[in-house]
Amino acid sequence: MTSIRIGAGQGFYGDTPDGAVAVAERGDVAYICCDALAELTMAILQRDRIRDPGGGFARDLPSFMRALLGPARSRGIRVISNAGGLNPSGAAAAVQEVARELGIDGLRVATVTGDDITARVDELREAGEELRNMDTGADIATIRDRIVFAVAYLGARPVVEALERGADVVITGRVADASLFVAPMVHELGWKWDDWDRLATGVVLGHLMECSGQATGGNFSGDWWNIPDLDRVGYPVCEVSADGTALLTKPAQTGGRVSVDTVAEQLLYEVLDPRLYMNPDVVADFTTVRLGQAGADTVSITGVRGRPRPDRLKAIVGHLDGWLGAATIGYSWPHALAKARHAALLIDRLAKRAGVVPIEQVTEFIGVNSLHGDAADVETAADIAEVTLRVAGRFHSEADASRFPRLATPLALNGPPFIGGAGTPQPPRALMGVWPTLVERRLVEDAVAVSVASAGR
Amino acid sequence: MSREVRLADIARARSGDKGDLANVALFAPDDLLYAALCREVTAERVRVHFGRFVRGAVERFEVPNVRALNFVLHQALDGGAARSLRSDPLGKSYGSLLLRMRVTLTEDEARRAPPAQSPPL
Repeated sequence: MTSIRIGAGQGFYGDTPDGAVAVAERGDVAYICCDALAELTMAILQRDRIRDPGGGFARDLPSFMRALLGPARSRGIRVISNAGGLNPSGAAAAVQEVARELGIDGLRVATVTGDDITARVDELREAGEELRNMDTGADIATIRDRIVFAVAYLGARPVVEALERGADVVITGRVADASLFVAPMVHELGWKWDDWDRLATGVVLGHLMECSGQATGGNFSGDWWNIPDLDRVGYPVCEVSADGTALLTKPAQTGGRVSVDTVAEQLLYEVLDPRLYMNPDVVADFTTVRLGQAGADTVSITGVRGRPRPDRLKAIVGHLDGWLGAATIGYSWPHALAKARHAALLIDRLAKRAGVVPIEQVTEFIGVNSLHGDAADVETAADIAEVTLRVAGRFHSEADASRFPRLATPLALNGPPFIGGAGTPQPPRALMGVWPTLVERRLVEDAVAVSVASAGR
Repeated sequence: MSREVRLADIARARSGDKGDLANVALFAPDDLLYAALCREVTAERVRVHFGRFVRGAVERFEVPNVRALNFVLHQALDGGAARSLRSDPLGKSYGSLLLRMRVTLTEDEARRAPPAQSPPL
């Protein structure tokens, strides 16, 4: 029976290319799919785009491709990446440039555009799209003048078109993470766009693979200390058959672990209602997934059921939401927590007197409660060796966000004793709200375009 | 007879973010302990356990095929990762936060709990 092997190359913006290179060299794959985007990443890329109109794509794309293109090209492996972010065309040009540097001739690089609806927000509203916040129901008018980007999640179709047109590398913007992986399955195995169960299988596999090492032992909450060689963890590789049965494994001679437990943890990562996992091309029912240990570091995935795709596409709208000003000061034993608490009180007073009062404030005692909040056991911290105080405020203006941490700096000399790690004040950072919404599919898809260009010609 | 244990003694967890929502998936090692989790770890208990971190509702979904409960925490990430003021804007540690919860097991269930394991220090 026809089958296809696909590897994961990247789990986030900033991921190492080592995993992708190992997949290319020892994964026996025909495709490597790279997911560089997350909600937070879009906000970061937007800041880049403001600073430099030629930016807005993952800045590590050139160095990533410098490592991956050679091993991929020599084996005929095709690479699909959404590292184009908010500027897929600029990203594709950067890939072409890397190909020229490496002396790779005739590399066909495809670009998928149309997900970026930043300039179309008013047009869409005039066309009847309310763009309400799908979590809170709020009216988009409340953020309209603060919008800095808006992108819709595209499915696998434009990527399949790029593959049909012979692309060696496909660069996209906000194609849904899992859809990057679904595309080569549809292309190679001839799945139909209304074969919901197979598409759902593809989405489950893509979902499992899009966070790279998180399916193969990374972040495992069981006996993580027994997992071998996480410093060279093998990124996931799947083998999918035309009938929709699949195996998940990793390249030979890599670290990590592929077990029912490591895979199950990733199955529910960032999942809401598991019966209705929404993807642009299908709604997958994660409660139907059957996982089985099929061999060493190999898990079988069967039984996945899907339902017809949603009528509307998800989109996210990034909008400015004030400025972050934050200060940290470390305190040592004895009474480290009491000192940090007292310093927080002093900073509150200083801020009030200076008229630099945050709209919202978070006061954390790192080492005690910054991660577990009210559930943290503060009593056991009475004799703790060290505590870092962190005060973070949200401000309307960049100037206030900049002044706030500087109010804390003098406490290095004027406050409680035995400090450590009272660094220079951190520069203020723009805060960005991410507004989830839904948009009519046709209004987005009519504007999606695929172009293919050859490098080195 | 019954015994109180921490979820960390019997279960695994992973958490993630989606806008201002967080999810925490809680996994049981076998069917008996999965039934115990279903009985003990209610949405309401989780909401109380998370305290001020969660400003909205908590939903619970059963995922018996992987012996998991999936909790969806609304208004749980200080407005979402890119506008959060917190040290953990993505809720990555929420899984471990849930594992702090104490639950009551029957003697039978407690006997089934896997032997305690710890990493070398």
